[in-house]
Amino acid sequence: MATTPPGTSLQASPQDENDPGTAVVSSNIPANPGLAPEHQRVTDLDPKEEKKAERLIATFFALSIVGSVFAAVAYSLFPIIPGDMQSVRNNNLFVGLGITVALLGVGIGAVHWAKSLMHGHELVEERHPTRGDDETRDAAVEIFSQANKESGFTRRSLVRNTLIGALLAAPIPAVALFRDLAPAADPIKKMKNTMWEPGVRLARDPSGLPIKASEVTIGSAFHVIPEGLAELEHHKIEEKAKAAVLLMRLPVDVLNELPERASWSYQGIVAYSKICTHVGCPVALYEQQTHHLLCPCHQSEFDVANHCEVIFGPAARPLPQLPITIDDEGYLVAQSDFTEPVGPSFWEREL
Amino acid sequence: MSPQSRRSGRRHPFAGALLLAVALFVTGGAYAATTAGIAYAETPPVSQASLVEEGEKLFLANCASCHGLFGEGTVAGPSVIGVGALSVDFQVGTGRMPMAASGPQAEVKPVQFTQPQIDAMGAWVATLAPGPALPDPRYYAGDGDAANGAELFRINCAMCHNVAGAGGALTEGKYAPHLNDLQPVHVYGAMVTGPQNMPVFSDMNLSPEEKNDIITYLRYLDETPSVGGFSLGSLGPVSEGLFIWLIGLGGLIAVAIWLTARSN
Repeated sequence: MATTPPGTSLQASPQDENDPGTAVVSSNIPANPGLAPEHQRVTDLDPKEEKKAERLIATFFALSIVGSVFAAVAYSLFPIIPGDMQSVRNNNLFVGLGITVALLGVGIGAVHWAKSLMHGHELVEERHPTRGDDETRDAAVEIFSQANKESGFTRRSLVRNTLIGALLAAPIPAVALFRDLAPAADPIKKMKNTMWEPGVRLARDPSGLPIKASEVTIGSAFHVIPEGLAELEHHKIEEKAKAAVLLMRLPVDVLNELPERASWSYQGIVAYSKICTHVGCPVALYEQQTHHLLCPCHQSEFDVANHCEVIFGPAARPLPQLPITIDDEGYLVAQSDFTEPVGPSFWEREL
Repeated sequence: MSPQSRRSGRRHPFAGALLLAVALFVTGGAYAATTAGIAYAETPPVSQASLVEEGEKLFLANCASCHGLFGEGTVAGPSVIGVGALSVDFQVGTGRMPMAASGPQAEVKPVQFTQPQIDAMGAWVATLAPGPALPDPRYYAGDGDAANGAELFRINCAMCHNVAGAGGALTEGKYAPHLNDLQPVHVYGAMVTGPQNMPVFSDMNLSPEEKNDIITYLRYLDETPSVGGFSLGSLGPVSEGLFIWLIGLGGLIAVAIWLTARSN
């Protein structure tokens, strides 16, 4: 061994010297230092401390018994009275406290027992070798070849190949099923269209009462749904999630509008989608004096006085504006649907 | 004391003390009567004209440096023309006005004026131009429909004030204050007048009955304990996350260290 350079010779190593996994023989194996001398705890050295630890552990277990009994007693001592929330709170609190003391008492006592009283000397447990012995390996091979012989898996190729074909065909229904989970209609159309249509009145959330322009005083903020949404029987939440609008009235002289959108507001009354263009949180924290709209989720800030452009935060686009006007009776109505998809970006979105 | 009375006979040795006691009693009584008169100024005894006059004096002494001699506003403060007595009641009655220092927003402080003084200032401000007046007490009695109030609160108020009324941050140092244990009339006043950066919720947006429902919901929040134990300020994931990261995970780490530490 000493004549060959280290790491170049391969030889079966004797079982008792090396781990069965190491075939490369090293000529400079460090000597095994053995286990460190046993650490003596105070409970090992002082019988008085040992008695003290014993009493402490017993106290924890006794405390656990007290906790269990208390939890059972507390359940009837603090009953839940229907309609009285304070009683629910007390019941939860005291039953919970009792169970907590019961479980922690067992846990802390057991750990302290193991750490302070159970013997403290270290020992090494050897793993069994990973490789099975030759007898087991031969038996396994025997089982396979016998099974092959009995079933004719390799001999009857027609049966085998049709089985493989059948297994490959089995997932086909899943493809059809999961494919159908995708929206049947064109997603862009679905995301782009909301309940707003020309002439749909702007209504209060949740009552659904239409809003007159004269009712929107300067500084007001109305939470708006399309008229008819409150009466919807199906997909109400989905429609509301797309069509929710915040209506605000600003002094006309502070409202700076894009020339192509000059006709979208009515005497300083503007309507913007409430769905943040970042990830779709409802943006409704409206500051009356600064005319800023704040999104509570990621602090995107929109300037309502300046066609809702983003002045801070992660949102990439201004909030979509709903073009509004008034009808013959003075109610606010939509001129059309939103001219762009509301809410956050999606793959098919072009804007 | 005239020389005559000194001659006419001896005085009782306690006469001086008695006289002093009577004098003190009369002075104190008179003072109490006067102050009592002021305390009842809310109800008719003081005429509307003298109330307005008193209010104008208080305004000139305490408010005019920022709001202008005629309430027209200056660079330092907005005009109060047309804000109405309700706005005065909210701003001064919650201690927000007079402001101690200019800042992102006027903060709640100990109230600086008595209710009669606030009413007097409100009466004067109301003479400048029509504005929201104090509502009928039945609209802030808090005896409405708490469930309806909760729904309206969630839609109109909760995004800024938090669903449990715990308040929340706005932009650039501004914030929506908490709504616990407030005087109902101030809640009503805030909705109608839209103080500072709060939007206006006029009676045409939320009817007086709906405002009463919201006040009922806030009262319900004040009176109903948190069923889930510690509310941690009702701030949701912020305070709860902080608690579980520091106390919860910290506790688990401490237990893990204890489990593996070598016993002494």
